[in-house]
Amino acid sequence: MAVARFWRENEPRYNLTGAKCGNCGRLYFPPRTVCPVCHRKSIGKMGPFKLQGTGEVITFSVVHDAPSQFELQKPYVIAIIQMDEGIRVTGQVIDCDPAEVNIGMKVQAVIRRLGEEGASGIIYYGYKFMPLTPPAAPRPPE
Amino acid sequence: MEVGIVSYGAYLPRYRIAPQEIGRVWGTDGDAMSRNLLIFSKSVPSPDEDVITISIEAARNMMRRCDVDPCDIGAIYVGSESHPYAVKPTGTVVAEAIGASPNLTVADYEFACKAGTAGIQTCMGLVGSGMIEYGVAIGADTSQGAPGDALEYSASAGGAAYLIGSKNIVARIDRTCSFTTDTPDFWRREGQCYPSHGGRFTGEPAYFKHIMAASQSLMEKMSSKPADYAHAVFHQPNGKFPVRVAKQLGFSEKQIEAGLLTPFIGNTYSGAVPLGLASVLDIAKPGDRIFAVAYGSGAGSDAFDITVTNEILELRRDAAPTVKDLVEHKKFLDYATYAKFRGKIRMKGGAE
Amino acid sequence: MREVAIIGIGDTKFGELWDMSFRQLGIQAGLAAVADANLTSEEIDALYVGNMSAGKYIEQEHIGALIADYSGMARDHIPATRVEAAGASGGLAFRQGYIAVASGMHDIVVVGGAEKMTDVGDVLSGEIQATAADQQWETTFGATFPALHAMIARRHMFKYGTTREQLASVAVKNHKHGSLNPKAQFQKEIKLDAVIKAAPVAEPLGMFDCAPVSDGAAAVVLCPLERARKYTDTPVKVLGSGQASDTLALAHRKSITQFDATSIAARQAFKQAGIAASDVQIAEVHYNFTISEILAIEDLGFFPKGTGGKATQDGLTSLGAKLAVNTSGGLKARGDPMGATGIAQVVELVTQLRGEAGKRQVSGAERALAQNVGGTGATVVVNILGRVN
Repeated sequence: MAVARFWRENEPRYNLTGAKCGNCGRLYFPPRTVCPVCHRKSIGKMGPFKLQGTGEVITFSVVHDAPSQFELQKPYVIAIIQMDEGIRVTGQVIDCDPAEVNIGMKVQAVIRRLGEEGASGIIYYGYKFMPLTPPAAPRPPE
Repeated sequence: MEVGIVSYGAYLPRYRIAPQEIGRVWGTDGDAMSRNLLIFSKSVPSPDEDVITISIEAARNMMRRCDVDPCDIGAIYVGSESHPYAVKPTGTVVAEAIGASPNLTVADYEFACKAGTAGIQTCMGLVGSGMIEYGVAIGADTSQGAPGDALEYSASAGGAAYLIGSKNIVARIDRTCSFTTDTPDFWRREGQCYPSHGGRFTGEPAYFKHIMAASQSLMEKMSSKPADYAHAVFHQPNGKFPVRVAKQLGFSEKQIEAGLLTPFIGNTYSGAVPLGLASVLDIAKPGDRIFAVAYGSGAGSDAFDITVTNEILELRRDAAPTVKDLVEHKKFLDYATYAKFRGKIRMKGGAE
Repeated sequence: MREVAIIGIGDTKFGELWDMSFRQLGIQAGLAAVADANLTSEEIDALYVGNMSAGKYIEQEHIGALIADYSGMARDHIPATRVEAAGASGGLAFRQGYIAVASGMHDIVVVGGAEKMTDVGDVLSGEIQATAADQQWETTFGATFPALHAMIARRHMFKYGTTREQLASVAVKNHKHGSLNPKAQFQKEIKLDAVIKAAPVAEPLGMFDCAPVSDGAAAVVLCPLERARKYTDTPVKVLGSGQASDTLALAHRKSITQFDATSIAARQAFKQAGIAASDVQIAEVHYNFTISEILAIEDLGFFPKGTGGKATQDGLTSLGAKLAVNTSGGLKARGDPMGATGIAQVVELVTQLRGEAGKRQVSGAERALAQNVGGTGATVVVNILGRVN
């Protein structure tokens, strides 16, 4: 029964709530108990920090061999998003054709179903990303 | 105390299917179906969308347009006939996802296609009595029509959310009244995937009788006449019924134009009047008077007399997509993909 | 610290071994290694077993005791330890065994690695593989294991101009090597075009860019170098060993086009061995995806960052070049039974250093390196071996 395991993470998954180190000000997502830079000095000082939900694609893949939870969505796009706050989040890019996704594309977080524990089990919700409209022009190669 | 709409937000899934495509599969004349229902396409949710995600997106769009602290929201009501859970509320997820949890009351409503407007009435009562500062009412559905059934051409998905309060009202709700009877025109039994309906019985004794009665009652109470309203929104199970009921009541086609969405997105059930009203608010000017009447099978009608205030100019309407934006952001599906997305294909459970 | 030698090696064929159970695989490899070392089982002091996910693949945990029992050592009550670091389980088990002998705690240590992957279906197998990534923040959101590597590949292509042909040339080269290895799962050469046109798994990676699902086991026997000649005429010495970790999730790295853990583990191992990357003639690197080999040969210091694709395309890592990479065929051609992989790398290097590699023999090889990766680089183990003259 994984109900509690998922429930525990509802806040970061629904609202992209990460953590800010009260010692150095660095941001983390998902939230961490210890700042990897400040170590012991950060203990007890890691406060919640909500990301705005906008960012850009820094890399992505179009997934064809899908896990069972994503079977109905394949092929789908999974990406690493550089959030405007500077930290990176892994999530699906939805609501567009895979061919429209580019490195540099601006996206915005939305909430969708992530999966479910069978037809009678609990449903999990969390962030995915959709293109910010109108889509920004693809960034030229570095 | 004046009570009204403080903000609003809408959400529509991106996918569409055309009646011709449905007709192609079932051997029905899709063009004729389209003409009869006055529906050119209907919205289809992705496999990862449901009433919870649609409600949250609509509520977040609502919050983006105003500066209300979500902690000041005292109640959330989500009206739908397709809540993802039979037991476990939709509203609690919405509350967490807009930051309104935990000091509020939440409940899910069901009254066929008028559960969303029932939520608006509830919030009006709570705000008006001073029990809460703000209430959120959401109407959303991912309604299903049985494969091949006439409903399959119209049953669609979408929703809208309303923030009801007494301060910074962008649209004052002057009055609401309802007309309710036991009329079995449409139903879905517990555990059934698809609803059943009484065919032509859903027309005169159901939709038309209830909307006419609620509308006439409201205009009588307000001493108003159709010409007093800039816009009118009626429940729209297809494109034809609202046009006909408007005509019978004495409203012009021009008055219902802004709020008539079903021809393009199908019947969003609990989302229908909330989305139509949102579409009107997207373009409304201060002083505009709006007549809105929902209908829910079973059966009942909720009628609203609404006046847009100067505050509408302060609302950040462009901070979230307009209904028109959402209607136009679309991608058409073939029937097979639609069937897959809507869970109409029997799948094997679990990974091996 | 004592110097340590490898005195015995053994392995099974890798592939879809339908008639072999997990324990049969482990025992077959272990007994072969013990026989190769001319040992009697009473001489064994300790057992280490690398295994990633028997709990999920065959619903069996407690693998250390299981292998000790069925290899007939339960009556001797020797300490048996399972080591887990996803795909690096084998390499890490080897390192634990090495540390145990080097420290003087144990004299004769058997290190095995085993995985039985085909007892579950393909979809579930993929989901188990993905538990090496961050289950809570990657997998749950739709990131498969191939997709994470595909994202590394795409960024590498974007940043360094690595081409699809260069990625494919890794598979072509290794399949050629595999064709010379009678123990390889695939002993067939493939054409560049076939790699590029193969069914996509996670774009830009296709079927021939990804290691297969494999059953298999491998084992080695370690002892103090000073006692090695008692058991074998061709002992191989452990010159250096390094291990490093990194963030579990790929997205949280400083860079997603390099594995810092590889560079750091390599630096430790090279320092201990007192050699440089240019002193190595053979490397078995963790080639579970074509992009992984390109990253490995860059991060180990064999080629400058960003040039691994071109180096491969130019044949600089093929048999016959100054540095031969994945002479066994590597994970894609040799097979990749997770927990066994790191040990199989060592078995290949010892075979080469002994001069027993047949058609794929690298002549005059003196020093060899194994790089074993867990997840998307969250654990990396580098072991360097050398001939004893």
